[in-house]
Amino acid sequence: MRILIKNGRVIDPANNIDKVTNIYIADGKISAVANALDDFTAEQVIDASGQLVCPGLVDLSARLREPGFEHKATIASETRAAAAAGITSLVMPPDTYPITDTPAVAKLIRKKAQDAGFAKVYSLGAATQNLRGENISEMAALKAAGCIGISNALTPIKNPLIMKRIMEYAATFDLTVFLFSEDPSLRHSGCVHEGAISTRLGLPGIPEAAETVAVARDLALIADTGVRAHFCRISTLKALQMISRAQFDGLPVSVDVAAHQLYLTDMDIGEFDSQCHVRPPLRDQRDKQGLREGVCKGSISVICSDHQPHEADAKLYPFRQTEAGISALETLLPLTLRLTEESNISLPDAIARVTTGPAMIAGIDAGTLSQGEEADIVIIDPEQYWKVCPENMLSRGHNTPFRDWELKGKAVHTLLAGKTVFKQP
Amino acid sequence: MIRRNIQLNQQGRLRHFLTIEGLKRQTLVDILDTAESLSGVTDQTVKKVPLLRGKTIVNLFFEASTRTRTTFELAAKRLSADVLNLNIAASATKKGETLLDTLHNLQAMHCDMFVVRHADSGAAHFIANHVAPHVSVVNAGDGSHAHPTQAMLDMFTIRRVKGDFYPLKVAIVGDVMHSRVARSQIHALTTLGVTEVRVIGPKTLMPKGVEALGVHVYHDLDEGLKDVDVIIMLRLQNERMEGELLPSAHEYFQLYGLTQERLDKAKPDAIVMHPGPINRGVEIESSIADGPRSVILQQVTHGIAVRMAVMSTCLGSHADGGAA
Amino acid sequence: MTQTVDIDKLLNDLSQQLRSHLSDNDIKAPLMIGIHSGGVWVAERLHQLLQLKDPLGHLDISFYRDDFSRIGMNPQVKPSHLPFSVDDRHIILVDDVLYTGRTIRAALNEIFDYGRPASVSLAVLIDRGRRELPIEANFSGLKMDLARGENIKLQGPKPLSLLIANKACK
Repeated sequence: MRILIKNGRVIDPANNIDKVTNIYIADGKISAVANALDDFTAEQVIDASGQLVCPGLVDLSARLREPGFEHKATIASETRAAAAAGITSLVMPPDTYPITDTPAVAKLIRKKAQDAGFAKVYSLGAATQNLRGENISEMAALKAAGCIGISNALTPIKNPLIMKRIMEYAATFDLTVFLFSEDPSLRHSGCVHEGAISTRLGLPGIPEAAETVAVARDLALIADTGVRAHFCRISTLKALQMISRAQFDGLPVSVDVAAHQLYLTDMDIGEFDSQCHVRPPLRDQRDKQGLREGVCKGSISVICSDHQPHEADAKLYPFRQTEAGISALETLLPLTLRLTEESNISLPDAIARVTTGPAMIAGIDAGTLSQGEEADIVIIDPEQYWKVCPENMLSRGHNTPFRDWELKGKAVHTLLAGKTVFKQP
Repeated sequence: MIRRNIQLNQQGRLRHFLTIEGLKRQTLVDILDTAESLSGVTDQTVKKVPLLRGKTIVNLFFEASTRTRTTFELAAKRLSADVLNLNIAASATKKGETLLDTLHNLQAMHCDMFVVRHADSGAAHFIANHVAPHVSVVNAGDGSHAHPTQAMLDMFTIRRVKGDFYPLKVAIVGDVMHSRVARSQIHALTTLGVTEVRVIGPKTLMPKGVEALGVHVYHDLDEGLKDVDVIIMLRLQNERMEGELLPSAHEYFQLYGLTQERLDKAKPDAIVMHPGPINRGVEIESSIADGPRSVILQQVTHGIAVRMAVMSTCLGSHADGGAA
Repeated sequence: MTQTVDIDKLLNDLSQQLRSHLSDNDIKAPLMIGIHSGGVWVAERLHQLLQLKDPLGHLDISFYRDDFSRIGMNPQVKPSHLPFSVDDRHIILVDDVLYTGRTIRAALNEIFDYGRPASVSLAVLIDRGRRELPIEANFSGLKMDLARGENIKLQGPKPLSLLIANKACK
């Protein structure tokens, strides 16, 4: 099928493209990004006048809840929501059930995603068997089964020696370790950021040190082992500064932030709003500002959704007993776009944070409009205002603290390998 | 986003009593005045007033507490209400019925008020967010967050003994970190406009950012008690006496126990308070607890009148006509 | 608008009625209770005129009203103060204006929560009719029929004066 997307503002940060032009697609691949193409008769013409044409978004962390948590959501339901949100590639952490520590689970996930056909799903393999933090997992097998890296999900690796071994073994196969760095003892029984808000609310706090201590330890081990590492969901300015310095010193480290951390602080918890129960916790104004600057400067090269859909019951308890996490696929794009209005970042750079940035960390062929690449494309109406209504969300999870926020920017047409997987009616 | 105070109904009247925070000074004064009138009731041979006749009040206690529960029960009965006592161990709720299911089952029995005590901060707010429109919720203590009726009876006691709040310097001593009573007292004292609120304790027991509540922090008890009019001693729980927060009850008493010597640093007419139960020889010397400056027993008596005032104010907020 | 009523004359009248009643029934030590706040002012004068030995009691009936569900809690409640036992005593209940009778019903309920009196007689300065309950005053200073829109209020304590107002005109 030959497709022409015409007159859109094409933004492809990987190839430094930001101009109004056309995209020519044939057999599910990008033939050219140009004003004209000889010998091309389009069977389908998409008029993208006044709209942005970008690579399909790449979400570096989305929990699709299958296998194991189908009462919350499924790969089919969530990839469908992802397509409507302009996301064409998703990376799943290994804390499924059973854990993604065997090739079988990784292949199952891949197959389910292919069968649903809305988006491409990649898995992270578990760093240790059953995520217990003791025995390293069969990383080579996981890589062969398609895992793009290994991760400890949300379970801390208490023993530094084991962390060192994980890194060494992963480096053997050129696997990136995706680290969630949090010291479990300092985290203790905390559920919110330790500070004036936790004191007022009487909720057990997680000190900033829980993240900085763990990041410091892991940075030292990364330097020692030479493994390529990616810090997931950083929440404190201090930790970001440590990672930035390490980047400056030439360490192969990258870092991402969840979109909500760029907009919310612990103050938004208000009177125990469990929609604001997230992990890592919402920190304070200073951290939020610092993270935004990191995104603008590029020391944070990825914004992800950290999508965690929940059934309604999961949030219907006193705060501490609720499950953490936000259903975040549908707000990733507009929150990223909004940064260009609120902070010092250009539109192409903002788009880079959710396309080529994560694609490079994940090591996948995505996030660009390069010739020959699969046509994973999203057409965005940057001026479309819409209100976040949890009841109308496509994801099975309606748990979001952005209820009633008026956002600007929506995907109107999403293509996966040239096939339309979402079109706004 | 403007959030309406969940404690107030559409007419701006106090429907739920969950926390002192966010309430106007006049609201607190009205409760104290009402308690003053109702305390006449408890002093006389008159056992009850018919104010809440026909109303059903449920004591929903997820945390065991005989003392608080019985004062709430007595207060409700003195107002002629019917009382239901439910002691639900928190673990049973987690394994079996969800908190919401328990609540919905109770609501089917047409209760008018829930008095809630729970180990989790925010539990009373959670329940208040899920009750039927005509139902009121009173917080009898949620996690480390708030214990507003205790703070009110402490304010009532202070007002009775000292009269005016404005010139007072008040010191709260002890485990502020884990104390819901302390937090509520701080809010009440600052709202009622005292001159100064001090919190005194070791760093391990002082919550981060507590200054944001409008208090001065001291780690030295002698310094902190200088010139103070009211001293509130907090209870130190057994499990906290030894371990990563404190080395021993012995050292705690050495540094933060209220002795006669220390009491002399405060004003000569300073009063000593304690929400109870007292750990003699840990927070406070026996002679002080029983001495002339202690108003600890009065606090207990005032508890009933204050709770009667809170309950009648909240249930009276559902009035459908006319102004208060 | 203030209608000139000679209150002193009314009070003297009332005290005469009461004096007769007490002597006729051989009541040597009656207890007088005034209802806040107008009734207390009237009772104070009567108490003086009759030279009663026992102290004056006062009642605030706020906690016994029948309209709590309509108007809610009023924080400006003065505590009731009965400095005596009511058991087996002859009570003279005093109020300024008798209207629907609900205030008296509440006062009686409250008195009976304190004990069991031998008798209760009601003395009011003004009886304005339009009862909603079967309650009547034993002794009254002045009877007048006021419409629902009209209001009569005793002002005091010094000097005592009656204010009759039409709710329509302000």
